[in-house]
Amino acid sequence: MGMEIGGILNFLVSFAIMASIYAIFSMGLNVHWGYTGLLNFGIAGFFAVGAYTSALVTSPMPTGVLTNYVKQAFGLNLPFLVGVVAAAMVSGLIAALIGLLTLRLSEGYLAISTIGIAESIRIFFNNESWLANGPQGLIGLPQPLHDLFPPGYYNYVYLVIVLAFLAVIYVALERGIRSPWGRVLRAVREDEVMASADGKNVFLFRLQALILGAMIMGIGGALYAHFSAAIQPSVFEPLFGTFIIWAMLTLGGTGNNKGAILGSFIVWALWSWSTFVILKIVPRGFETRAPFIRYVLIGLLLVIILLRRPKGIIGEERQVSRF
Amino acid sequence: MAELVVYGIVLGSIIALGSVGLTLIWGITDLFNCAHGDQITVGAYIALPFVSLFSWIGFLQAKVGPFSFNWGLALAFIPAILLSIGLAVLIDRWVYKPLRQSGAHFITSFIASIGVAWGLRGLIYIIWGADFRFYTKGLRPMLFLPLEIKLRLDEIFIVVVAWAAVATVYLFLSKAKMGKALRALADNRGLARVAGINTERMIVWAWGIAAALIAIAGILYGIETQLRPEMGWIFLLPLFAAIILGGKGSITGALAGGLVLGIAQQVSTAWLLPTYKPAVAFIIMILVLLFRPKGIFGRRQM
Amino acid sequence: MSILRVEDVVSGYGSMEVLHGVSLGVEEGQIVSLLGPNGSGKTTLLRTVFGILSPWKGKIYFKGEDISGIAAERIARIGMGYVPQEENIFPSLTVQENLEMGAFIREDDWQPRLEEVYELFPDLTDRRKSRAGELSGGMRQMLAIGRALMLNPELLLLDEPSTGLAPRLVDAIFERIVKLKEQGVTVFLVEQNAQALQIPDKAYILEGGEKKAEGGAQELLEDAEIGRLYLGR
Ligand SMILES: Nc1ncnc2c1ncn2[C@@H]1O[C@H](COP(=O)(O)OP(=O)(O)O)[C@@H](O)[C@H]1O
Ligand SMILES: [Mg+2]
Repeated sequence: MGMEIGGILNFLVSFAIMASIYAIFSMGLNVHWGYTGLLNFGIAGFFAVGAYTSALVTSPMPTGVLTNYVKQAFGLNLPFLVGVVAAAMVSGLIAALIGLLTLRLSEGYLAISTIGIAESIRIFFNNESWLANGPQGLIGLPQPLHDLFPPGYYNYVYLVIVLAFLAVIYVALERGIRSPWGRVLRAVREDEVMASADGKNVFLFRLQALILGAMIMGIGGALYAHFSAAIQPSVFEPLFGTFIIWAMLTLGGTGNNKGAILGSFIVWALWSWSTFVILKIVPRGFETRAPFIRYVLIGLLLVIILLRRPKGIIGEERQVSRF
Repeated sequence: MAELVVYGIVLGSIIALGSVGLTLIWGITDLFNCAHGDQITVGAYIALPFVSLFSWIGFLQAKVGPFSFNWGLALAFIPAILLSIGLAVLIDRWVYKPLRQSGAHFITSFIASIGVAWGLRGLIYIIWGADFRFYTKGLRPMLFLPLEIKLRLDEIFIVVVAWAAVATVYLFLSKAKMGKALRALADNRGLARVAGINTERMIVWAWGIAAALIAIAGILYGIETQLRPEMGWIFLLPLFAAIILGGKGSITGALAGGLVLGIAQQVSTAWLLPTYKPAVAFIIMILVLLFRPKGIFGRRQM
Repeated sequence: MSILRVEDVVSGYGSMEVLHGVSLGVEEGQIVSLLGPNGSGKTTLLRTVFGILSPWKGKIYFKGEDISGIAAERIARIGMGYVPQEENIFPSLTVQENLEMGAFIREDDWQPRLEEVYELFPDLTDRRKSRAGELSGGMRQMLAIGRALMLNPELLLLDEPSTGLAPRLVDAIFERIVKLKEQGVTVFLVEQNAQALQIPDKAYILEGGEKKAEGGAQELLEDAEIGRLYLGR
C-alpha cells in the first residue's frame, strides 16, 4: 500500500514537473502569439536550442572510452544556472536572426517559415554528429543539487526549482504586459498601422517580443534537458515540441498567462494519463499502437476548441488601461 | 548529376500533384492546409487494403507490363481516390466550413488543419502501425540510360501518371465550366458571389480535385519508396515552398514550383546529406518570400 | 412603381455604423443617381442592397418583395446585377471567360446574350482572348458591366464606373448606360461628381451616411447651395 502511494506520488511529481515546463513554453508562446500576434510554429526549434545549449554548457567533455561513443563540439562543465542563462541567450540570439529575416513577412508566411526553421534545426542536430552526438544525442546530463539529496527524492527538489522558474517568469510577464511596453505590444497586435506612424518602431517591438518569447522557450528547453538528463533530436519533433504547446495555450486561453498554465496542466494530464487508460482498454496485441490514440486526441482537442471555444477556457484578460 | 536531375523530375512530379490541390484550396478558401501532407499519407495507405483485396482475384495478380506491381494496385487507384475525396469533403464540412461561416480568421483554420493532420496521422499509426509497408515485394526492374542514368521502370510510370493527372486537371480548369468557375473563385471570391456562384459548392469541387490528386500522389510515392506514417509530413515544406514559388492560386505556378523543388532537393544531395532535403526546400521558400513574395511563376496566372 | 425601395436602412461594418437610416426609391425604367463625397457610405449602401452586408435596421424591397438580409448569391438570381467599385473583374480569366462567369448560373442558352453584350461594347470583341487583368481601365469597366449584364438584370447597381477614367471614356460609359436604359434596364448609378447629373432622371445626395437631398437631376444641378455643399462647386 505504502509503495503504491509512493509510486503515485512519484508519478504526480514528474507529471507536475513536465506540466510546469510546458507551462513555461506556453507562456513563451503567449508572448509571441497572445500578446504580439506572431505565429510561431517553430517552438520546437527554440526548445532544442535551449536544451542543447544548456547540455553543452553544463556537461564535461567526454573522457576515456566515452570519447569513442560521444562526440560533442564542446563541454564546458559549468553550473546549472549558467547553462540556463546561456540557453536563454542563445535562443534569443537565434530568434533575433530569424526575426531580422522573417518578421516582415505576413502572418501566414511567418507561420510556415517557423515550421521550416524548427525542422531545419532538428535535422541539423541530427545530421551534424560533431556538434552534439547526432541521433544518439547526449545522456547523463548534470542535474542541479543532485548529490545533496537521496535519489528517490530528487524529483521533489527539481519540482521546486521548476516552480521557482515558473513563478518568476509569470510575475515578470504579468508586470511586463501591464507596463507601457506591454500596451504597445497589444496595440501592435490589434492594428499594426495604428500602433505607430513609422513601421520601424512596430518592427522593433515585434522583434523584441520574438526574442523575449524565444528566451523563455530556451529556459524551458534547458529545464527539460536537466530533468530528463538525456536529449536526442527526436524529442524536438513538431508534436511534442510545438503543436502540443499550441493546444495548451489555445485550450487555456490565448493572451492569458493563467490560461497558458492551466491549459498546460490539463493537456499534459490528458496526454500522460490517457496512456494508462488506453493501455487498459485496448485489446492485446495492440499495445504498441495504442499510444498513437493520443495523436488523434490532441488533434481532435485542437479542432474542437477552435470550433467550440475559440477563446479558450479563460479567455484573454481585459487589461485595465492606466490612461 | 544528370541522374539527380532525372530523380528530381520524379520527385518533382509527385510534389506537383500535391501542390496543385494545395494552391487551389489556398486560392479559394485562404486555407494553408497543413494536413495536405498527411492526406497524401492517407491516400497511400487507403490503397493498401484494396491491393490485398484485389489480389484475391486471379487475373489481377498479373504484373502490369514491365512494372513491379500488379493490376490489383492499378485498380486500387479508383477506390483510393474516391475515399480520399470523401474524407476531404467530410473534413471540410466538419472543420473548415463552420470556421469559414463563423467568419474566423484564416489563421484559425490553419491551426485547425494542424489538428486534422495529427488526427489523420494518429489514425494511420493505429490502423496500420509504425512499420514500413510495401505495395509489392516484387523485384523492381531497372533501366540503364545514357549518361549513367539508372532508372527504375516504375519511375517512368510515376512520371507519366502524374503528368497525365495534372494535364487532366489543367484541361478541366481551362475548358470546363466548373473549372473556369474555380479559377474565377481563386481570382476574386467576392465577385464570384456577386455573379451568383455558390461558393460553398465550388469549394466542394476544389476539395474533390485536390483530394483526387492527393491520393494519386500518395500511391505513386508509395510505389517509389515505401509506406510510412510520416511519409506525407516531409512533403509539407516542399509543398508550401512550391506554391509560394508559384504564387497564390496559380496552377501553372504550382506545377513549375513542384518540379523546381523536386529537382533542387535531389540535386542538393550531391553535396548535402539526403536528410537535409526539407531544409533545402525551406531555404528556397525563404529566399522566394524575401525577394519575390508574390512568387516567381505567379505573374501570368492561369 | 418603385423597382427598389430602401426604407430607413442602418448598416455598417463590425461595430461601426456607416448608414444612419437611409430611405430612397428607384423607379422602374429610369436612371437614378446617388451622389456624395468619398466616405459618405455610397458603397456601403450598395453592398447592403445586394446582400453582401445585412441591414442592421430597416427594410429593402425589390420588385415589391422584402429582400433585406438575403445573401448576394440569391439576389443575383432574381434580376438584380451589381458592378462593384473595385476588383470588379476576374483578372486572370480572359474577357470571354469573364462574361461566361457572368452567365455561370444561367441554365438556358446565353450565347445570344453574349453577342448582345459584345454589340454594346464592341471594343471587347477584339479582346475576347485577352486576360482581363491586362485591359485598360476603361475596358475593364466595360467588361465589369458586361459581366453583370449576362444575367439580364432588370436593375443594375453601378458603383462609380467613371472613377479614374479620362473624360472621353467617362462619356463613352455614360452613353452606354443611357443605351441600357433604352433597352429597358433600370440603373442605380453611384457617382462622386456632378458630371453624373447629366444622365439621370432623379438623384439623391448622401453625406455622412445620411440622405441630404433628393430631386430631379436638373433641379439639383441648378441648386447653388447643393452644388456648393456637396458637389464641390
Ligand atoms: N470593409 C470595410 N470595413 C470597415 N469600414 C469600412 C469598410 N468599407 C468602408 N468602410 C468605411 O465606411 C465608411 C463609408 O465607406 P464607403 O461606403 O466605401 O463610402 P463611399 O463609397 O461613399 O466612398 C468609410 O468611413 C469607410 O472608411
Ligand atoms: Mg465607394
